[in-house]
Amino acid sequence: MEKFTTLKSKAIPLNIENVDTDQIIPARFLKATDRKGFGDNLFRDWRYHKDGSVNIDFILNDAQYSGKILVAGDNFGCGSSREHAAWAITDFGFKVVVSSFFADIFKGNALNNGLLPVQVSKAFLSDLLQIIASNSETELLVDLENQTISVKDSDLSEKFEIDAYKKTCMINGYDDIDYLVNNKKLIEAFEAQKIY
Amino acid sequence: MGKTLFDKVWDAHVVDAIDNGPQILYIDKHLIHEVTSPQAFNELEERGIPVYRPNQIVATADHNTPTLNQDQPIKDELSRKQLEQLSKNCKKNNITLYQLGHKYNGIVHVMAPELGVTQPGLTMVCGDSHTSTHGAFGAIAFGIGTSQVAQVFASQCLLLTKPKSLRVSVNGKLKAGVLPKDVILYIISKLGTNSGTGYFCEYAGNVFEDMSMEGRMTVCNMSIEMGARGGMIAPDETTFSYVKGREFAPKGEDFDKKVAYWKTLPTDEDAVFDQEYSFAAEDIEPMITYGTNPGMGIKISETIPVNDNPSFKKSLAYMNFEAGESLINKPINFVFIGSCTNSRIEDFRVAAKYIKGKKKADNVTAWLVPGSKQVEHQIIEEGLKTIFDDAGFELRQPGCSACLAMNDDKIPQGEYCVSTSNRNFEGRQGQGSRTILASPLVAAATAVEGKIIDITKHLN
Ligand code: SF4
Repeated sequence: MEKFTTLKSKAIPLNIENVDTDQIIPARFLKATDRKGFGDNLFRDWRYHKDGSVNIDFILNDAQYSGKILVAGDNFGCGSSREHAAWAITDFGFKVVVSSFFADIFKGNALNNGLLPVQVSKAFLSDLLQIIASNSETELLVDLENQTISVKDSDLSEKFEIDAYKKTCMINGYDDIDYLVNNKKLIEAFEAQKIY
Repeated sequence: MGKTLFDKVWDAHVVDAIDNGPQILYIDKHLIHEVTSPQAFNELEERGIPVYRPNQIVATADHNTPTLNQDQPIKDELSRKQLEQLSKNCKKNNITLYQLGHKYNGIVHVMAPELGVTQPGLTMVCGDSHTSTHGAFGAIAFGIGTSQVAQVFASQCLLLTKPKSLRVSVNGKLKAGVLPKDVILYIISKLGTNSGTGYFCEYAGNVFEDMSMEGRMTVCNMSIEMGARGGMIAPDETTFSYVKGREFAPKGEDFDKKVAYWKTLPTDEDAVFDQEYSFAAEDIEPMITYGTNPGMGIKISETIPVNDNPSFKKSLAYMNFEAGESLINKPINFVFIGSCTNSRIEDFRVAAKYIKGKKKADNVTAWLVPGSKQVEHQIIEEGLKTIFDDAGFELRQPGCSACLAMNDDKIPQGEYCVSTSNRNFEGRQGQGSRTILASPLVAAATAVEGKIIDITKHLN
């Protein structure tokens, strides 16, 4: 997993609530057996019309917006457990997703793939969406060590929560498998004395 | 202070805890399928880590499978390859696989309980969010991502922070025509789709105690639709007699010992939950959804609420419905009875009972898709197939089918489908398709009438 410490980037405002995993990556694209290439189909049915032509009204197709931060409406990532959703977002080039609420499984999947979910207050989110929408050059600063997200050249800043263990993993680029495999002895001992 | 059912099962599985961090939770059973496992197998192979406990893994093919001509090679190349990959991976790692056509094949959340793999007091995971289904037995069961599938392959454990506890109680007497699906759709419509996030939910009260295992599975299945990782129901005599005698259930004296342990699991009187809700059974009526998330549900006799929220409006625009209107008499061309929510024998019995002696409306394409080979057999053996055939319904072969628009079974652009599945997201059943979630009874009635009817007026 790639390390994450700080990120300074422009952002793309996806002002839609309840974005579910079927929108992030529709099931018909889950037939691959490796992790690559899912970015091409990120938000597929919003990015393209059914005839394959580009939907120019969709924010990801608006050339003035770019960046490694996706700022989405409330309640992001509900639905299926497909990690393909996190792979599609990272493959597209995002490193951070901001919302005022994340579904559990999506949040875990993101963290396991070096994608930082930043949960902010509803008020802060609404400010962010507005500022970025009105000025696409707006830069955001995400500082994992200090757990802050701020808008460059402004007073707008907020602290965010992250599990201490997951934070260490992200900063160092470790993952859970390393940890678990190194604790095989404990696991074997547990198996030998299971009470149920 | 007493412990909850969830506490008891969780605490018995904690291997160790990291200071200020997650716990190592031991996983008893790991279910896998073709879609979310290949990348996990790849990862292990790349890192040179063997599968740690292959005999605690059970595999099936379900998402990407056709529901017709299962004895023939799969036409879609990518689907075929994904299934071949699963077979290869299972063979190489000594994992039991019930592949397409096997007498035990089926949707993972239907076949595992049928085989007795699912038992009270266990921890179970699968790379599929509806793993919550297995909580109906008093197991801790939840969906995981592919990185976690790899973790369980490597260590039979996961690093997790213990979720908070939530209890939803429903007491009283359900009205005629109100099925377990209506109960859970009602709960989600009241609490919203993220009310359960961060929680593990226990369903309590006489309504759940009186339900069959099939009904309890329908309820627990949809826990994820209110954001909860899982749902549980305390094991009781109904649970024990369902498990008894199944392929992988403990036998003889061993079974009795297990039952004695299972009886200690229900929540203690004095246990305290972080959050509690309760509902009266009498308030529940047959339910239907009108929007693009499972929380957007109303009683079938109600009208669509009025709401100025832009996301709400976007959702209604997608569905081509108006705020304030009723869904009664809406013409419907597609009906799907299936998915891990409602594809068990009981669901087909309910449908058959209503359909018997009636005919499917000409405008309707009605797919009945059993959740497993065993359910398919039962449908034939109990004579339900004859009823369906006579009424013009199509009984297909087991699989996820039209639940997720991944295999061949898709609902066309712009069409409504009254579906017994669990998600009505945009495009869930096919690009541009519009899903209306309901119980098998409402679905059967819709197929017969060719439109949505107020089922409460047609009972007795
Ligand atoms: S039936 Fe639908 S919800 Fe259930 S496992 Fe299959 S795709 Fe998922």
